[in-house]
Amino acid sequence: MEKFTKLTGVAAPMPLVNIDTDMIIPKQFLKTIKRTGLGTNLFDEMRFDRDGNEIEDFVLNKPAYREARILVAGDNFGCGSSREHAPWALLDFGIRCVISTSFADIFYNNCFKNGVLPIKLPKEQVDALMEDAERGSNARMTVDLEEQTVTGSNGEVYGFEIDPFRKHCLLNGLDDIGLTTETAATSIDAYEARTAEQRPWL
Amino acid sequence: MTAPRTLYDKIWDDHVAHEAEDGTCRLYIDRHLVHEVTSPQAFEGLRIAGRKVRAPEKTVAVPDHNVPTDPTRLEGIKDEQSRIQVEALRRNAKDFGIELYDIDDDRQGIVHIVGPEQGWTQPGMTVVCGDSHTATHGAFGALAHGIGTSEVEHVLATQTLIQKKSKNMLVEVDGDLAPGVTAKDITLSIIGKTGTAGGTGHVIEYAGSAIRNLTMEGRMTVCNMAIEGGARAGLVAPDEKTIEYVKGRPNAPKGGQWELAVTYWNTLQSDESAHYDQTVRMDAAEIPPVVTWGTSPEDVLPITGSVPDPESFEGGKIEAARRSLDYMGLTPGQKLNEIEIDTVFIGSCTNGRIEDLREVAKIMEGRRVRDGLRAMIVPGSGLVRLQAEEEGIAQKLQEAGFEWRMAGCSMCLGMNPDQLSPGERCASTSNRNFEGRQGYKGRTHLMSPAMAAAAAVNGRLTDVRDLM
Repeated sequence: MEKFTKLTGVAAPMPLVNIDTDMIIPKQFLKTIKRTGLGTNLFDEMRFDRDGNEIEDFVLNKPAYREARILVAGDNFGCGSSREHAPWALLDFGIRCVISTSFADIFYNNCFKNGVLPIKLPKEQVDALMEDAERGSNARMTVDLEEQTVTGSNGEVYGFEIDPFRKHCLLNGLDDIGLTTETAATSIDAYEARTAEQRPWL
Repeated sequence: MTAPRTLYDKIWDDHVAHEAEDGTCRLYIDRHLVHEVTSPQAFEGLRIAGRKVRAPEKTVAVPDHNVPTDPTRLEGIKDEQSRIQVEALRRNAKDFGIELYDIDDDRQGIVHIVGPEQGWTQPGMTVVCGDSHTATHGAFGALAHGIGTSEVEHVLATQTLIQKKSKNMLVEVDGDLAPGVTAKDITLSIIGKTGTAGGTGHVIEYAGSAIRNLTMEGRMTVCNMAIEGGARAGLVAPDEKTIEYVKGRPNAPKGGQWELAVTYWNTLQSDESAHYDQTVRMDAAEIPPVVTWGTSPEDVLPITGSVPDPESFEGGKIEAARRSLDYMGLTPGQKLNEIEIDTVFIGSCTNGRIEDLREVAKIMEGRRVRDGLRAMIVPGSGLVRLQAEEEGIAQKLQEAGFEWRMAGCSMCLGMNPDQLSPGERCASTSNRNFEGRQGYKGRTHLMSPAMAAAAAVNGRLTDVRDLM
């Protein structure tokens, strides 16, 4: 997994609430057996018409936001299906940070496994950043994971909360399986032995 | 003396294999269900790192999402990408020693119907699958939730999941359901009340006399849609019905172990005065038959209602509702029971079990699918299909005008040939009405199997009570 330390880039505004993972990456693109290449189909049905032409007024098709690295989104972003293809598609497009008031649990979790940082902020702050993002390509934001801050284009700084373990993994690009094997292998062996006695039917 | 614990607390405590100082846990996983869409990258990851599956005997694989549901599938899947995914699952199951129910096996079906049917799902277990509707298995008092592909790989390699504990939410539904009202109406009504983010960060325990009175099938329908309410998992405490359902199934505990298991299962109830972070109460008697009007599962209204005015909402929901109505081709004030439909879909992990098909057959007794309507029934598993054929339901429903399909996820998510065309309007027993979910620009109204049957008869959304 690629480390996430500090990110500066254009933020695209998507104020719609309840953006679901079917919108982020429609089901027809889940038939891949790879993790890469999904960026071209990110938000496919909002971004392109049936003939594959770009829909002009979709935010990521506007010149200012084509290189967006950050999304500022409406409440409950990422609800619906568990498809990890959603963060894969965001990442492949170049978006490494999503800011919203709330995220669906599975999507939130999936982001951290892929070097994408989801940031939860209070409504007023998301609204302020949304307004900032609406100013276009001049509105560059900086996200600093170490410091746990988002800095808007006008210099305003917002602090955010993040689970220390997840922060540590993201900052260092750590592989979960390697980490579990290193730190918990003996405990898992012991658990299995214990359970085999207590609940032998399992 | 320990503090009173909820059912979730108890299952959690019994599965923490390792806890770090900061509270991050490795939760042991008793059952891992695998399907073709969210697993190929996980197996690829194992191969690249030279890792094995730690507990293949606790893992079971079944293709469901993109298998066609017409019988010609046995001659080979035509769509190349789907075929590659199903073949990859076959190869991965073989290479890593995992049991597979292949598409020519009667036991094949939707993973969340197959798990309970084969007795893989048991009370007090932790169950995961790379699919958000894993919440279904919570009906057995198992802690069951959907995971992403990286987590699928983590569970395959370590049989654990890195987790922090969620909060506890109690949803209590008391009283008797009115005639024509089913488990689907309960679960949709809960989401209508709490919203799609109401359960975020929580595990829901469904309790109360109305939940107790449901069959296991009904409880599965309720838990299945915990995720649409934002909760990763839903739970119902096990009771005699649960134990009766599990008993004798192929993978249920046998002999002396059965008694041991039952003794343990009987301890799996929330203690009195256990703490819940959030409580929601509903009166079952006040729940009517409902349908969805928009493109979020929280857009729920009684069938006797009308399409709402977006301006009646607040905040971001105003714009979302406007967008929904535009997508759905509806206007504010339009009566719900006058909305004409093109298609009826009966199936999915929410409502593809035998009880659901019996419910449909009951409404269709002496009636026919309205001319010109496309109506399909997709049993949740090959065994449900066989049972319906044995009971004579299959024949009756075909005579009434329904297509009778092979088992799979089918039109619930349109990853296979069963899809809606742009503008096509569907009365569906599935779980999501998102834009494009059942097919590009397709329009979905969620409802119970009985309500879908009533819609099939009239060719429009219909109050099932009018046909009773």
